[in-house]
Amino acid sequence: MQPSSFYKASGRYRSTLLALGVLLPLVVLISAGLGAYYIPPQEIPRILWERSEQAYAVLVSVRFPRVLLALLVGALLALSGAVMQGLFRNPLADPGLIGVSAGAALGAAIFIILVPGAGILEVYALPLAAFVGGLLATLAVWFMASSGGRVQTLTLLLAGIAINALAGALIGLLITRATDEQLRSLTFWTLGGYSGATWGGLAAMAPTALLAFWGLMRLARPLNALVLGESEAFHLGVHLERFKRQAVALAALAVGTAVAAAGGVGFIGLVAPHLFRLMAGPDHRYLLVGSVLLGAGLSALADLIARTVASPAELPVGVVTSLLGAPFFIWLLLRFKQGAAR
Amino acid sequence: MLEARSLSYAVGGKTLLENISFRLEAGQMLSIIGPNGAGKSTLLRLLSGEVQPDAGQIELLGRPLSSYRPLELALERAVLTQRREINFPFDAYEVAFLGRLPHLERRAENPQDHRVTEHALSQTGALQFATRRYQTLSGGEQSRVDLARVLAQEPRLLLLDEPTNHLDPKHQVEVLALCRRLARAGWGVLTVLHDLNLAGLFSDRILLLHQGRVEALGQPAEVLQPARLQAVYGLPFIQTQHPSGRPWVMPLAEADAVVSRSEEPLAAGRVSL
Repeated sequence: MQPSSFYKASGRYRSTLLALGVLLPLVVLISAGLGAYYIPPQEIPRILWERSEQAYAVLVSVRFPRVLLALLVGALLALSGAVMQGLFRNPLADPGLIGVSAGAALGAAIFIILVPGAGILEVYALPLAAFVGGLLATLAVWFMASSGGRVQTLTLLLAGIAINALAGALIGLLITRATDEQLRSLTFWTLGGYSGATWGGLAAMAPTALLAFWGLMRLARPLNALVLGESEAFHLGVHLERFKRQAVALAALAVGTAVAAAGGVGFIGLVAPHLFRLMAGPDHRYLLVGSVLLGAGLSALADLIARTVASPAELPVGVVTSLLGAPFFIWLLLRFKQGAAR
Repeated sequence: MLEARSLSYAVGGKTLLENISFRLEAGQMLSIIGPNGAGKSTLLRLLSGEVQPDAGQIELLGRPLSSYRPLELALERAVLTQRREINFPFDAYEVAFLGRLPHLERRAENPQDHRVTEHALSQTGALQFATRRYQTLSGGEQSRVDLARVLAQEPRLLLLDEPTNHLDPKHQVEVLALCRRLARAGWGVLTVLHDLNLAGLFSDRILLLHQGRVEALGQPAEVLQPARLQAVYGLPFIQTQHPSGRPWVMPLAEADAVVSRSEEPLAAGRVSL
């Protein structure tokens, strides 16, 4: 038999990944260079090598932590978005569906509004409160959806919606007793941003982030099987309940880490997997890696826009991602509508 | 190869299957027939390991089915289900390649995986639209891609739920002839079929299910008896012979008689036609 002619079909995936892999370092250099203190991006490697100039200090203590945080948060959100879309077998699913974002927002609201003197503690304890809130909300969703050791995916979705609504209502209740200052910091937290980036903060999120990356990447094959349906995934050798448990737990870990570090950065989790499917295709073995690269790049670019476009003022990153992401999402919907009509 | 002993299964107090026993040997093609709601698809779900019987045992290759891990099962048996819906823009080739997944659990893909996939596609006549988006294919084309996916899994046992669904007569015959060839090559093939004559033409044995019980099990000529079919389907049948010597059955009904009984309100309008 001749070597298969379709063997080359994976070429489009590889060339897309290669292109993204080349583009991402460029985005990093540009993001690190541009800002209130301009550093020519092409000079950055030399500056890092020589370690002497003032620019080196700016890069290492200000720009790199921030760019790194943007990359990490974008990658975590995009990867869990891709996994959630696969789990729910719906390209319009969002990583927030399992309640983690809403739970994190509630955790943050409880901390900001109910813990007196939060001002001093905020830097360390607020992310922790958000992280715990996110995980608890997902746990609640999980237990609502499971019965007799099995979890119905549709119930999971509905439980997620219920928990999202409940968390929103509780935040609303809390807001009625918030001071103006508390309200302001909660609002800014909700809109998301990378301005709080420090090396210490990055080190704190590294363990859960790495665990989530490692675990979620391993789900590519079961996600591919799930494309055909849950029964079919089982027929193809997927241990369904174990897979769902891993997918939800790891996505909650990823989103919880991202939201704790940067607040509510919307749309990246939804848009990045989509973009990769448009550019290359839907095979999860490539989609997961591609979403990580795209999510990281989009997030860094959004942050670049957020801190340069209205300089010296700074826009919340969540505003930029939503401003750009929402029209893209609407375009996608229109495109789907046309596709369905054709 | 596959043996079911006294299987029973109930959901919410309603018995769907009761005391089902049969054997399928390697090299054999067994068809399950029966009216709507007889329990055919449910039986297939039990045999695939997807749901556990309430009573009775299933053995696959001499080992209890319940002792297999999902991946072990996927390397021995493949299942073609009826409804399938893909929400992502996979092309037909990628869908067929999904059949290789169980083999790729512990190693990277290699050219052999693609040769197997391509061969499977050509066996089901789906190669010419392999590069097209699965979602844009017709129902019959999708069915052939799905069958190719199941073949690409290279199992020893095939469980097929109405593999001829959505297919035109030519492709129905081709698919069943393919199943028969695979059985001759040593696979075990179990199919759920609605068309009694296709079942009669291609199967070694037929299992007739009725209200969750085995009504008859044997060679086509033994099972496709007019009296038995009338009892099960509630319609008179006549039997004649196919040129191959196999039985050929037909429901004995007049179109107008059936229409006027089952579609009373419309009948008046149709008579004048």
